[in-house]
Amino acid sequence: MALLEVKDLKVRVEEREILHGLTLTVNEGEVHAIMGPNGSGKSTLSHVIAGKPGYEVTDGQILFKGEDLLEMAPEERAAKGVFLAFQYPVEIPGVATMNFLRTALNAQRKARGESEYSTPDFLKKVREVSKSLNIPQDMLKRGVNVGFSGGEKKRNEVLQMALFEPSLCILDEMDSGLDIDALRIAADGVNALRSPKRAMVVITHYQRLLNYIVPDFVHVMSKGRVVKSGGKQLALELEESGYAQFEDAA
Amino acid sequence: MPAVQETVERVKRIDVDQYRYGFETLIDTEKAPKGLSEEIVKFISQKKNEPDWMLQWRLEAYRRWLTMTEPTWARVEYPKIDFQDIYYYAAPKPKKAVTSLDEIDPEILKTYEKLGIPLREVAMLEGVEPKVGEEDPARRKIAVDAVFDSVSVATTFKAELKKAGVIFMPISEAIREHPELVQKYLGSVVPTSDNFYATLNSAVFSDGSFVYVPPGVRCPMELSTYFRINERNTGQFERTLIIADKGSYVSYLEGCTAPQRDENQLHAAVVELVALDDAEIKYSTVQNWYPGNSEGKGGIYNFVTKRGDCRGANSKISWTQVETGSAITWKYPSCILRGDNSSGEFYSIAISNGFQQVDSGTKMIHLGKNTSSRIISKGIAAGKSQNTYRGLVTAHRKATGARNFTACDSLLIGDKCGAHTVPYIEAKNSSATFEHEATTSKISEDVLFYCIQRGLSQEEAVGLVVNGFVKDVLQQLPMEFAVEAQKLISISLEGSVG
Repeated sequence: MALLEVKDLKVRVEEREILHGLTLTVNEGEVHAIMGPNGSGKSTLSHVIAGKPGYEVTDGQILFKGEDLLEMAPEERAAKGVFLAFQYPVEIPGVATMNFLRTALNAQRKARGESEYSTPDFLKKVREVSKSLNIPQDMLKRGVNVGFSGGEKKRNEVLQMALFEPSLCILDEMDSGLDIDALRIAADGVNALRSPKRAMVVITHYQRLLNYIVPDFVHVMSKGRVVKSGGKQLALELEESGYAQFEDAA
Repeated sequence: MPAVQETVERVKRIDVDQYRYGFETLIDTEKAPKGLSEEIVKFISQKKNEPDWMLQWRLEAYRRWLTMTEPTWARVEYPKIDFQDIYYYAAPKPKKAVTSLDEIDPEILKTYEKLGIPLREVAMLEGVEPKVGEEDPARRKIAVDAVFDSVSVATTFKAELKKAGVIFMPISEAIREHPELVQKYLGSVVPTSDNFYATLNSAVFSDGSFVYVPPGVRCPMELSTYFRINERNTGQFERTLIIADKGSYVSYLEGCTAPQRDENQLHAAVVELVALDDAEIKYSTVQNWYPGNSEGKGGIYNFVTKRGDCRGANSKISWTQVETGSAITWKYPSCILRGDNSSGEFYSIAISNGFQQVDSGTKMIHLGKNTSSRIISKGIAAGKSQNTYRGLVTAHRKATGARNFTACDSLLIGDKCGAHTVPYIEAKNSSATFEHEATTSKISEDVLFYCIQRGLSQEEAVGLVVNGFVKDVLQQLPMEFAVEAQKLISISLEGSVG
């Protein structure tokens, strides 16, 4: 059984159809890159999978571990293992990052019927993970993403990914706003989380990110559809020839 | 943040319309006839065995009240109050003379137990476990004065406080036992002529708390008063007077709840604080009167005058309030900064949901030299409520070097509520430095979705964001109450989104 199956998905935002029948299958352990120009529907796909309000699914379905994902509340999807790393992580003033991590982790565990982490166990886990991501303890005391640099925000996303141990990670434009060094640190963090049980969907404009997170499959999206799929070399071809060739195909 | 989770669990257990403290206690009460007249004023005074000077003080206030009209400048709307349709005195009927806690009507004890208020002299509030490395729990005692409708039913730890020289008792007792202190200070901060509701209170106040901390004494425990309105159609008019003599310190907390009723009930309290040279008073309020139901029916009208006088040099008064209840709140805890180098603080969280109306803020009146004040106000409006911050900062012409910092932040949840900021600033001395900052923001869908994507429910997400928004103020509350307040905030916002 595939981990994620998107079948002929049609999505509207305020009367305008954005996805016109998108199909995508992701198995455990695979890393898929989704590339495409602005407005091709890449972010819409990630939002619909995560359950962001404001999108109307008019046709098609999404199965996650064989279950109908569209029937689940967004927090339920999170507890089942869907994680979206945001392109622009929000700031939450006054809520210490550490508290946020703990509240979220325990909410997910509770939803799955697991026991909550005790304070020492939790702290131990956070310390381990943050150390491997080069995240200073001081950052965890600050408000969630408040005053964080672009790189710190993305590392905070990866930190959560490592803590929550989701089975599907969707990385939405992880490279936006990052310099090369920050990108490398974040990508190393992501690579450390690759496992035969976990799949990743990496959404990006540029091939650059895929030098660091090497995908198994590359899909090109244009005008709300997947117009071409292939191996990692497809990304390199795109880098040379650009997206224009697909604009017509779509 | 375990408290947030606990909150959410509690929130889930209650219905939108359900106010936790909405139950009624069925006991015999003794009431004065409905309505207000000189006879009623005399009746109250007589019930309390008051000396004649007190009666005359009340009657003077009553006569003045007859000449006054209700204020209308606040941004609140309500039908005209019929002051003759209210009971001005209601007291639980004692089965016999009460000399110890064991003789109080068990129904009343049960009431306070349900509210989580310790009338037995236990060391701590329910549910607060001492953490490793914290001070011995025995040292974190809290003395409680419990006011039920018009009378004080119990005051705990009186003996222990007495050893330290601290007087903590119902004001009705203080009038009899310490008339010299009461006569000297009562009405010296809020005069009987101050405003319509304060004048009414002066005429008919029935009970409240009295605190006197002698020179150089640091009050050994938190003092608190819990006000409970139980009786139908009854107004509660309590009067609190706190005096911190030279070089003393006291921290005081009041909490308020009332049963759920269809009609509106009036609560018109007066609180006076006096801080002499080098003294400090910290006054915290967690106000959770019944706010009315989801259609806006019922709820308490909370028309309260609270004022502190930094009478001595280097004195300090700090107000912290968490306002979640009441149908209407009209309340401006203020500081008169009379002593040189004195300072005043006002930290406020005002939450309105449903049809609640809040018009609240503070006044910082700088009279002495080098006085300073600080105002941090956090207003949160949800549902169809209206939330107004109204504040006055003024420097007298002799107030050389006066300084004020004000920050008013408003958070809107949903699109049917309103937040308003009405600051008044007057500087008659050119050396005064006044700063005012104000922000209004809406709780953003993106922030909520971020939290929800990480596994929080909508309600948990709102609770988390709001608790973050009010954090600066929550930190000012005594630790035990900060936890309570945090829970209260989330409960108050139940059903505010979606």
